[in-house]
Amino acid sequence: MHVKMVVGRYAPDRKLDGELGAPYPPPYSDKPRKTYQTFEIDLHDEAMVLDGLIHIREYVDESLVVRCSCRCAICGSCAMWINGHAKLACTTKMKDVLENGTVRVESPPSMMPVRDLVWDMGPFMQKMRSVKPWLEGKPVSPDEEYRVPNEAMDELVQEVSCISCGACLMDCESYAVNDKFLGPHALARAYRYANDPRDSMQQERLKEYSDPNGVWDCTHCYECVHVCPKGVAPLEQILKIRQMSVAAGYTNNAGTRHALAFAESVRGSGRLNELTLMPKSLGLFNIKAQLQSLPSAFNLLRAGKLPPIIHHKIPGVTRVKAIFKKVGGPLT
Amino acid sequence: MKVAFFPGCVSKGACPELYVSTHKVAEALGIELHELTEAPCTGAGVLSEQNPALADSLNGLTLAMAEKLGADLMTICSTCQGVLSNHNYQLTHKPERMERANAVLSEQGFTYKGTTKVKHLLWILVEDIGLDKIRSLVKRKLTGLKIAPFYGCYILRPEEYLGLREKPERKNYLEQIISIIGGEPVEYHGKSKCCGFPMVTMNRDAALTMGGNHIMEAKSKGADLLVTPCPLCHLNLDAQQPDAARVMRQPIDVPIFHLPQLLGLAFGYSPEELRLDHHVVPTAKALEKVELKV
Repeated sequence: MHVKMVVGRYAPDRKLDGELGAPYPPPYSDKPRKTYQTFEIDLHDEAMVLDGLIHIREYVDESLVVRCSCRCAICGSCAMWINGHAKLACTTKMKDVLENGTVRVESPPSMMPVRDLVWDMGPFMQKMRSVKPWLEGKPVSPDEEYRVPNEAMDELVQEVSCISCGACLMDCESYAVNDKFLGPHALARAYRYANDPRDSMQQERLKEYSDPNGVWDCTHCYECVHVCPKGVAPLEQILKIRQMSVAAGYTNNAGTRHALAFAESVRGSGRLNELTLMPKSLGLFNIKAQLQSLPSAFNLLRAGKLPPIIHHKIPGVTRVKAIFKKVGGPLT
Repeated sequence: MKVAFFPGCVSKGACPELYVSTHKVAEALGIELHELTEAPCTGAGVLSEQNPALADSLNGLTLAMAEKLGADLMTICSTCQGVLSNHNYQLTHKPERMERANAVLSEQGFTYKGTTKVKHLLWILVEDIGLDKIRSLVKRKLTGLKIAPFYGCYILRPEEYLGLREKPERKNYLEQIISIIGGEPVEYHGKSKCCGFPMVTMNRDAALTMGGNHIMEAKSKGADLLVTPCPLCHLNLDAQQPDAARVMRQPIDVPIFHLPQLLGLAFGYSPEELRLDHHVVPTAKALEKVELKV
């Protein structure tokens, strides 16, 4: 198989020949641009993207820097952008990602570049540490070892598969615009401990994650679920923390108010009342936020798009009310 | 073809132009819209995350209504599509969830058997109507317009609920339609990314920057306009665009079209009929390129 590999290279101390890339977005806009070099190589048909990179390093240009170790999705070293999406180079088949015989490989723009395909794992690890990824023992230890029912572990094993490769954070939409966001990997790990019956910090954890830059700052785009090579589905773990924190009473935040206002509107009329959702979510006494939202309401009004002042119920609303009552539970 | 039409709350609220233009395009294409006026809101994922049983029942009701009608369920909103696809997947793959939902629905005189197919208008256009039929109805080629597709998350992810593993080509339908009506699709990274709408009340500046970044990327690649199959993306990208420009401290000024508005233009409807004069970001500059005025 003949392959063209376009490799985004980063080596500020060297002059590289090739096509200059776009400037880095914030917060790395002060970094020099990447240089894209094209390598034409021959590989066997079942080769992985990492095989191609190692081939280049061994036979074409020994200065190419690649981080890799296990070659089987265990060490989490070789996550990078392949055609603009986070993937592990070791488990991505070259033939699956070739577009007109070409593949584009680079470090992601959301991460600080170190050299060529190596990016700084520092912020990723710092976020992971910040959620205290360990069990805090119960104040009084039992006489023997903690016995945990099997069912209690069923919910947690999904996250345990995480190999800390960074794929989810590098393609996280919220992180791209807010580097204080805790991130999908750390929040997924946080869930693993917050819901462990042996942990004694559950309440502190839930409170912390429902604060700004926690679970409610996730934009729910499913990108982390899509790119995770190990099926951790970080978003699903984030949603479980949201459920737990609302149930535990950590409700003084826009996320919970939004959910409550949404449910109230659907229960009462069968549909969403856009006119009241925003003010109720922001908090009726949050004057600053209310004022900030006024210009867009005015713009809607001017364009003739403001929802009707009198909110209409759908004809089947009694059915909807009965369903809310019958199901019960959160938001009903 | 006959469809059970699920317009969604937004097309009947803040985006009436979507509702109106959908009817125009459906008429031209011979899609018979049977609106499910008694179907409730999907909960937009908000109800699903806090109370899955409740969301199973509400969406199960809508799916059962379409089943009773004997037609595919058509959405015109990526978010409605995502939530209905998600619950349809859960109900048809997890018998205990189907049983639980039907226990609730039976009291309302409904039972969901699990046969409904949920399809966004975008999918119906390509898979049921066909590109040839669309081509034959084009009266006004949009030659010269550079159009950036913006899909919205929930019509693309999670892939298994949306049938994208079986039909990966669904990720390119907007480009196919843009090309067939004479426009030039703009390729850019942000097309499959998030508009920021779901977190606009939680972190306003981040949400506005998110959407603004994608528009600016498309603009830097020469886009005259963006087209989206999702009215929630439309709200964040159009209605909030002046605010996004303020937060980002730069002008943006790129109009955002709903999918049926773009198609309607190609079918010869006037900008007024498609309510292209009811946008926050003026559409005039883009329309001038195809010698139209609003």
